Amino acid sequence: MPPRPGPRFGPGQRVRTAVVDPPHHTRLPRYARGRVGVVDRVQAAAPLPDDNARRIEPPRVEPVYTVRFAAADLWGQGSHTVTVDLWESYLEAVDVAVEAEGA
Amino acid sequence: MSGQHASQPIAARVRHLEERLIQAGVLTDAQIDQALERFLATASPTNGARLAARAWVDRDFRELVLADANAALAELDLGGRGGEFLRVVANTATQHNVVVCTLCSCYPLRLLGPSPSWYKSEAYRARVVREPREVLAEFGLRLPPEMGITVWDSSAEARYVVLPRRPPATENLTEPDLARLVTRNGLIGTAEV
Repeated sequence: MPPRPGPRFGPGQRVRTAVVDPPHHTRLPRYARGRVGVVDRVQAAAPLPDDNARRIEPPRVEPVYTVRFAAADLWGQGSHTVTVDLWESYLEAVDVAVEAEGA
Repeated sequence: MSGQHASQPIAARVRHLEERLIQAGVLTDAQIDQALERFLATASPTNGARLAARAWVDRDFRELVLADANAALAELDLGGRGGEFLRVVANTATQHNVVVCTLCSCYPLRLLGPSPSWYKSEAYRARVVREPREVLAEFGLRLPPEMGITVWDSSAEARYVVLPRRPPATENLTEPDLARLVTRNGLIGTAEV
């Protein structure tokens, strides 16, 4: 297997989740799609469930991140925090995306 | 949520696989039951309660369990054997934690035993991420308005356990006595202890 790159994101970094609606299984919950959160912790890499569900061999193996979301950003209201554990390809860096839009 | 609740097709596949293995003479019903019994005999909320009580009495252990819960499990002889990645999150005077799996019913079996049926219900899974304060109140846990709440959606690889706050006036209790105060719901976050 080729060497895996290290995690792209680190704790404290703002990330945006993908806006997707795949026909196959995914572990990016619908309520957390297209939302901005902050990386809380980086977990060990794990096989991507989307690839496993489609029997893609070998599945991509990616770091999993615990990402914190403000309830107001998910539901439009609420003062609590929700954390979701998300594979790297569900995420993009917020700052990079803003620069790209401005270019 | 992504499509159907995962447990139903999976349960059907598992049953089918069991039947084929039994038909082929690879396994017997009794062997499967024995293996399940062995697992369930060691998977119990008393494990989570031991972990919480140790964290209450031992500051170094508390630091370890919050930084690297799997390493802490090894100290309690609860590690090893393909255990999942565990994270323990501590309640404080200003923050309460509660655990859910919105996509199915992921749960720290080894530390908490089989999950309660409400944990797997669509109502709990859908509502606790949206209105945790109301859901917790329905469990009888009325948090003060200034108490922050974090809901941990454990729908990936990690499993979460809540470390409740040590109840007041328990300074004279032994570690095993403290462990007896800890409930399964306290370790999920739907009770105070």
